[in-house]
Amino acid sequence: MSVIPDGHDPFARDRGGPAQPLLSVSGLYKHFPVRKAGGKKQVVRAVDGVDFDVLKGETLGIVGESGCGKSTTAKLLMGLIERDAGGLLYDGQAVGERAMPWRSYRREVQMVFQDSYASLNPRMTVEQSIAFGPKVNGVPGREAVERARALLARVGLEPRRFAGRYPHEISGGQRQRVNIARALALEPRLVLLDEAVSALDKSVEAQVLNLLLDLKAEFGLTYIFISHDLNVVRFISDRVMVMYLGRVSEIGLSDAVLDAPAHPYTEALMASMPSLDPDNRTAVALLAGDPPNPIDPPSGCRFHPRCPLAEEVCGVTEPPLDGIRPLHRVACLARQPGSGHARAPNPALAA
Amino acid sequence: MTAPVTAASMALDGGLLTADDAAPEGAFVSSRGFWGHVGHRLVRDPVAMGAGAVILLVVIVAILAPWITPMDPYKGSMLRRLKHVGDATYWLGSDELGRDMISRLMLGARLSLFIGVTPVLIAFVIGSGIGVLAGYVGGWTNTILMRTIDVFFAFPSVLLAIALSGALGAGIFNSIVSLTFVFVPQIARVAESVTTGIRRRDYIDAAKLSGASALTIMRVQVLGNVVGPIFVYSTSLISVSMILASGLSFLGLGVRPPEPEWGLMLNTLRTAIYVNPVVAALPGVCIFVVSIAFNLFSDGLRAAMEIRQ
Repeated sequence: MSVIPDGHDPFARDRGGPAQPLLSVSGLYKHFPVRKAGGKKQVVRAVDGVDFDVLKGETLGIVGESGCGKSTTAKLLMGLIERDAGGLLYDGQAVGERAMPWRSYRREVQMVFQDSYASLNPRMTVEQSIAFGPKVNGVPGREAVERARALLARVGLEPRRFAGRYPHEISGGQRQRVNIARALALEPRLVLLDEAVSALDKSVEAQVLNLLLDLKAEFGLTYIFISHDLNVVRFISDRVMVMYLGRVSEIGLSDAVLDAPAHPYTEALMASMPSLDPDNRTAVALLAGDPPNPIDPPSGCRFHPRCPLAEEVCGVTEPPLDGIRPLHRVACLARQPGSGHARAPNPALAA
Repeated sequence: MTAPVTAASMALDGGLLTADDAAPEGAFVSSRGFWGHVGHRLVRDPVAMGAGAVILLVVIVAILAPWITPMDPYKGSMLRRLKHVGDATYWLGSDELGRDMISRLMLGARLSLFIGVTPVLIAFVIGSGIGVLAGYVGGWTNTILMRTIDVFFAFPSVLLAIALSGALGAGIFNSIVSLTFVFVPQIARVAESVTTGIRRRDYIDAAKLSGASALTIMRVQVLGNVVGPIFVYSTSLISVSMILASGLSFLGLGVRPPEPEWGLMLNTLRTAIYVNPVVAALPGVCIFVVSIAFNLFSDGLRAAMEIRQ
């Protein structure tokens, strides 16, 4: 059953065919200027050269420590902050140019924020919040309200009881359902979930995750799912991208990346997850200390000061994001044939 | 679609609704909303309600004044000057030209309220507009608008009102214009600060993502959240405005004789302060009572708006 009446068919709007990535991000940069004591101008390299594709119909998980640039990437993808450099290709069309202006792009791509309360206007009822988007896009008022009510029902909130409520009158899980309904009200094809379930109780989180899976199937959606919770990412994602200090360190199929990490950073992240098995508890923190300062990132590989495999070459050469097997790319010299790292695979054997 | 009060208040107290208090089939539950709650709390505040009653009474008297004054407020009598309060004919005495005080005070409420409230109302609209724009757009627009506003802050408001009125010339219209100039910067500053406080909220970002224009976002998403604090601040300015307006009239820059206006009456009666101090002080008492009423009402409004969410 489709709750959106006017023939909502995600495939009808498809242009490039199934092989064309829905969103292609290349060379994305965002440096924030900061002024340190003494008046010296410096920049925080929040996102420092990020490339990835989002395939049609998949869920791409993005993980990393706080400060690694996940949320900045999200805001750049949504155009909420301006990128310094880089291209966005939506279904084969360059975003921000004539064929795909930001206004049209935003109707195709919507976002669900982490803070369910801050992302709803406290002076508007749930129904008004959801109907706002369709209304500003020319849907007549009554129809927009009808759509809002249908969507409320679809995300599991009885419209009769919830449509007229204000955000502070409902629980966090219910608010996040409202936020999801609001994102869907514009019939997007890509939904960006920025820590969308992180603030919820575990039981509510599971319900919302299942709802997201159902909606994805029903509306033919594609998700970008940003989280710091590896369990949740493993549950929902088809592919996972690991970020470290504004760069992609590893990207590949979820099972491959999370079960057999190729990058020492991913390995350390996995190991730092608390184990439920009492015999298998890690006593040593593999990731000691905070990530380095993104104002002045380490030379060469950014992970080398914390990396167990670091060698001299790691402090000199910046590792490119290279494929080690199909659909699995990693930025680590120890995995790169001919990189000069002692553990690097033999180029003759690799070839 | 009226709200079942119990359900709404339960939701507010308990947060989460359970299946037990489901609405009857066919009826949409609607909540009272922010302003509904503010009104509800305001009604239960005796001080604010008392102040509101005083304001309401003065407004009604002001509106009906031409028809309910016991005597002609303009007709004087050289023989019956400066009668004392409690006189059989002149209940509140008579002024220095033998005109009935109570009639003049009633009719004076019209002008005093008008030149007191109008500048604040106009400044509320203009100041909110400037402040919300500066706060929402930010950047250079904010810097230019707010630094210009800051120039007006360099002058004390009394001085600014007198200087502007003096430059524009005496008269009701000019005193309203000059008072508006005095209050626009103050209201704009408050509006700018509350708007800056919410412009980074996620719901503003979400509205941007829906493709809404900046104007629509300001009108629909921002205004509803900032109008409360601005309104409270503006009501607190009404008392200042009434005192300033009376002051201008007192100095001869506002209302001109023989029109009755409390500030002007205070001026013309000051010669009688030794002969009949009670009558001479009556217009001042009126100004005092009404401005205190506006202040108390605005305090009550502020308290009623402090709803935890």
